[in-house]
Order: sequence, then structure tokens, then C-alpha cells
Amino acid sequence: MFLKIKINFFVFFLIFFIYQESSISIEPNIFVQSTVNRASTVLGDGYSKEEKIQKLKDIAEETVDIRGIGFYTLGKHRKTLNDQQKDKYSKLFKNYFLKSFSSRLAEYSNPQIDVISQEKISDKYTIVSSILVATKERPEVQIDWRIYTKDPEKPLIRDLIIEGLSLARTQKEEFNSIIQSNDGDINALFSNLKDFINR
Amino acid sequence: MRKILIIFLIAFSVTFSANAKSNDTGNVKDCSEGFNRASFKFNQVLDKAIVRPLAVGYRKLPNSVRIITSNFLNNLSNLITIPNNALQGEFGKAGNNLARLGINSTIGIIGLFDVATSMGFEEYEKEDYGQSLAVLGSGPGCYLVLPILGPSTARDTVGTVFGMFGGDPWYNVTVKNDTQYFRESDYYISKSVSGVDFRAKNLDALDNLEENSMDFYASVKSLYLQDRQQKILNSKKTIEAQDDSEWDEISPE
Repeated sequence: MFLKIKINFFVFFLIFFIYQESSISIEPNIFVQSTVNRASTVLGDGYSKEEKIQKLKDIAEETVDIRGIGFYTLGKHRKTLNDQQKDKYSKLFKNYFLKSFSSRLAEYSNPQIDVISQEKISDKYTIVSSILVATKERPEVQIDWRIYTKDPEKPLIRDLIIEGLSLARTQKEEFNSIIQSNDGDINALFSNLKDFINR
Repeated sequence: MRKILIIFLIAFSVTFSANAKSNDTGNVKDCSEGFNRASFKFNQVLDKAIVRPLAVGYRKLPNSVRIITSNFLNNLSNLITIPNNALQGEFGKAGNNLARLGINSTIGIIGLFDVATSMGFEEYEKEDYGQSLAVLGSGPGCYLVLPILGPSTARDTVGTVFGMFGGDPWYNVTVKNDTQYFRESDYYISKSVSGVDFRAKNLDALDNLEENSMDFYASVKSLYLQDRQQKILNSKKTIEAQDDSEWDEISPE
């Protein structure tokens, strides 16, 4: 009798966890398509530019690993920062990223992005491939999304690879150039970030 | 004029071809950053005064005209792609592109219509001598920004010069040899239209990048070198060209 109850409980928990797993974990391709659809709705609706920017910022804060991208873009300089500088940088980068990202996107009117496939490249990363559908003005563009999937319940975007060109890598090399041309002084980057945010 | 240009290109590539063997975009040396930045500024002035306005006007042309122009230019570029397919040992692609060239130049009326794609031929990918040199083992050398011609590397500049010394059949029949069918200006017009076509296709992206960059020179350099890396690998797949190790150290919030 005791064994039977134990087995029943075991089966119950097994089913419960399987159910939990399938209902909570989000497939990266579905995550990307849903994020794109949300952004597309914002861009397509009759919001003012300011409203669009704010709504896009909200979506980005939810779906992009801004802190992770920030530290990736610091490259080798990441290891030279003390905790205080790291905090300062994180805050500056977040504001910089949200401003840059939302103002870039807000210019587009209802872009159509179709997710076509996904490839799991490690336990932590899946590359989701999508197509920005061609318009009269520009040809079709291939966009790959680097999705950080360490926590399958909360996938996060870490990079956009447009026609094979990584935005995170471009950003990293831009930041490195600013630091190098100022004799390795990280404060030069902080100052440039502040100027950009206040533009 | 032609000789001056060739001497200029060779001088640059030789002067700045110091020992960079790596294909990693971050490791390509910017040996003459001062000159490159000045040249970049010059090109930006040229872009704003001439190229960009032309690209804006070009985009106002009917879509069919722009498609026909792109088709014609692509067909012409096949003249460089085919020998480079062969140099890279890709004889199947060379055959495919040779057939494309034949079909599009005849049935497609001097390349105005891409009939070959409609017939199911493999998608066209441009190749050049810079890419072939890379496949044959040459490192990129130093990064260069050439006045008018734009971003390059020592290796890619040598590739361009090689085209002028017989490697580019279109250059041979227009500029190098005096034929009764083509004029020297045909070559320069085709190259100029090609530049405007490229600028028009990337108008929003480049404008956006400039507006949102803190160091536009560095952004363009990074994108150019990544693009070359992808083209050399004949891949648009990130996972083949990028090292994940730097991401691995970073944890999310």
C-alpha cells in the first residue's frame, strides 16, 4: 500500500514536472517571433515617435541581456574595471543601448520579419534565423539572433547578426577603438557614452 | 591617370602589408590609422556631396529599373568571379557561373534579366582576387582606407591591382586594350553605377549606423572586416566565423 502511494506520488510529480517543463520553457524561435511581433505591433500602430521609443525600450529591457552585451562589448578591458567602474559602466551602457536601439528601430514602419529556423549551438546558445522581408527600397535581409538559453524559462537576446555581421562585435570593436585612441583610459568611453545619451 | 592609380595602390599595399596573418577581424592591424581616418573623412565628404544624393535619386527610379541595373552589374562581375572560383578550386561553381554568364548574356539580353536563376541555377556569389589570395593562405595585412575606393586591406588592394594587370577581363577590354567595341569610360561608368547601387541598397543602414555610432570609422572598419571574413569563408553563418569563448565568461543579471 505504502509502495503504491509512493509510486503514485512519484508518477504525479513526474507528470507535474514534465508538464511544467513543457509549459514554461520557451523555444527560442517562438521567443524571437513573439518579440518581433510585439515590436512590429508597436511600430505599426498609430503611436507617436516618443511613445514608440518608450514601448520599444520596455520590450528591449524584457528580452535583451543588456548587461551581458555591455560586458561583452568591453572585451579585454572588462577585466581591468573595479566594481565601482563596473556599476557605472552598466548604468551608462543600459541607457546608451536603449537610446540607440529604440531610435534605430523607431524609424522603421512595420518591418516584416519571419523566423525560418533555429540551431542549438551549445547548452547556452541557440541561433535563430530569420528574414527581414524585402521592400521596394531594399532587398531581403537575413537576420540571425544569438539567444542565450541557459535559463530556458527566460531566453535572452545577446546579439543580432545581420547578413553575417555581428552587431555586438561591431560595438565591441567601436568601444575598443575609443579606449585605445585615448591611451587605454576607460573614462574616455564613459564620457563618450554620456555625450551620446545626452545628445 | 591609370598608372598613377596603380602605383598609388601598390605603394600602399606594400608599405602597409606588415605581417598580419590572422583572419580574425579584431586582429587586423590599423598600421596607418592617421592616414586612414583622414581618407575616411575625405570619402565621407565625397559621399555626402555626390554618392549619397545620387543613391537617393537612384532609389526613386522604378524598382524594375534598379533590378535590371543590378542584374547587369552582377553579370559583369561574373567575369572576375569565374577565374576566382577556379583559383579557389571551386570548379563546380566556376562551371555554374560560366553557364549563368552565357545564359544571362544571351537569353537575358546582355545580363539585364537574370534568366539563369529562373532556370534553377545555383545562387550567384561574387568572388574576387582578394578572396582568392586569402583562400590560398595570404593574411589580410594592414587595414587600409583608400581615397574614393573605401575600406580595404593590403591583401585586397593587391587583389584589386591584380585585376588591373590582366585579371579583370572587363578592365582589359575597356581600359587596358583599345578595342572598337568599348571605351575606357564604360569601365569607370560601370564601377560608379555599382558604387551608387551598393550605396542605395544600404542607404538606411549606413545612415542609421552613422547616426548611432560614437566612432563611425571604427564601426565601418569592423563591418568591412567581418564582411570580408564571411565572404572568404563563403558563409553567412555566425557560428562558423565567431568565437563564443568571450561570451562564455558573461552571466546575465
